[in-house]
Amino acid sequence: MGTDRGGIERAAARGIGAGEPAEGDDMAGDTGLRRTPLYDLHVELGGKMVPFAGWDMPVQYPMGVLKEHLHTRAEAGLFDVSHMGQVILPISAVAALEALVPVDIAGLGLNRQRYAMFTNDQGGILDDLMVTNRGDHLFLVVNAACAEADIAHLKAHIADVTVVEGRGLLALQGPAAEAALDQLLPGAAAMRFMDSATFLWKDQDLWVSRSGYTGEDGYEISVPDPVIADFARALLAQEAVAPIGLGARDSLRLEAGLCLYGHDIDTATSPVEAGLTWAIQKARREGGARAGGFPGAERILRELAEGPARKRMGLRPEGRAPMREGVEIFAKAEGGAPIGTVTSGGFGPSIEGPMAMAYLPADLPDGTTVYGEIRGKRLPARIVPLPFHPTRYKR
Amino acid sequence: MTIRYTEDHEWLRPEGDLVTVGITEHASEQLGDVVFIELPEVGRTVEKGEEVCVIESVKAASDILAPLAGEIVAVNEDLPDSPGAVNEDALGTWFFKIKPTEAAALEGFMDEAAYTDFIG
Repeated sequence: MGTDRGGIERAAARGIGAGEPAEGDDMAGDTGLRRTPLYDLHVELGGKMVPFAGWDMPVQYPMGVLKEHLHTRAEAGLFDVSHMGQVILPISAVAALEALVPVDIAGLGLNRQRYAMFTNDQGGILDDLMVTNRGDHLFLVVNAACAEADIAHLKAHIADVTVVEGRGLLALQGPAAEAALDQLLPGAAAMRFMDSATFLWKDQDLWVSRSGYTGEDGYEISVPDPVIADFARALLAQEAVAPIGLGARDSLRLEAGLCLYGHDIDTATSPVEAGLTWAIQKARREGGARAGGFPGAERILRELAEGPARKRMGLRPEGRAPMREGVEIFAKAEGGAPIGTVTSGGFGPSIEGPMAMAYLPADLPDGTTVYGEIRGKRLPARIVPLPFHPTRYKR
Repeated sequence: MTIRYTEDHEWLRPEGDLVTVGITEHASEQLGDVVFIELPEVGRTVEKGEEVCVIESVKAASDILAPLAGEIVAVNEDLPDSPGAVNEDALGTWFFKIKPTEAAALEGFMDEAAYTDFIG
């Protein structure tokens, strides 16, 4: 088999990126990669470890990406997302955080969570994140690859930024997640989508939110290092729960139409182009109580009013050939300049076919056929609404 | 003559004056779940090392290169509709049959013991 398109030896780490190693006291031997508190459990479970954003992470377990994906949609999947950054701000920083995001933080209710993004002066996206109002503080979860830059950005604008140390992060996702978590943390079943709560387990505080990155109902759980492996084992001991790697995490989020930072959104894309306008509440829009006042507000508010020139759209390629990141999209089967580029693409196990997202001229309606150039051939793909697979949040 | 292996992780099985080609279990494990396979056209004449198939897994795209020069005389037409067969049974899943230009074409390829050493 040839290796000009990546080759099988390097295939494992492709499509989900790989970053530079970071410094830390949890450095792993000679690999220069950081290890999460669940590293030994991953190895024990047969996880295939790959570098990801400077961390040594399981891309898959012996079940394989396809079955892990389908298991999460059918039952429950447990993901180690301890590589993500956890940050605490004092509740007094609400206004200061609002100055960095186009999101209504002041209106975020007690024990409620919201999706947000840091924007730059050009209206591009520096990172996307989750923000939770935990009463006396705000709890932020940021992407691993951006964590260092995000923390520097926060510290430049907000006093008293605390990087959470000594806690890992788990995601439990899928229709059986509710019952599985409620068995260990009675009361978790009563939470609604984007609720947050604290539970005690083995005398340790677990910070739980009902959210995730798969399109399924589920939870994200911040767990102190001393008990995280035991907690993960207690979840995995339940028949419905299987460990799921980064490979299936990527196909699950793509089917759910969710953005991956550095691929579908970055400093060159605005939240409006990315179709994230639902995350920009009324209070921050023209005529709102705290309209504007975030980096890039001029462009973002203008695009909200006038519509952007291009938008993130879903593509369903005809046939089975995946259109992966970087594939150029054309309006016609022959000739002409590209009208866009695929930002994420692959095979959707639940939709049983290829799927892709691309930025395309905003005036192209759903149902339009465009063409992706793969190996010199232009293959047709239909513009479809996102998500590819219906989401099942417990609202 | 028994089955032979290439450094590109293909298996070659001689059948009369034809050679049947597939990918090894090692290759299928490394690729992960295969979701798309593009086969060559029957009747195409290929040089050794020429790209003849595209194989995509959930992780990445790879090529299958012609292990020897010759003419593609048959392809496994079931494969594009059930690419997962490669993961179920790599050795039992053939991709194409090639009629080698040279009679002694299989000399110099690895036998099973050599291939096992090769993948370490």
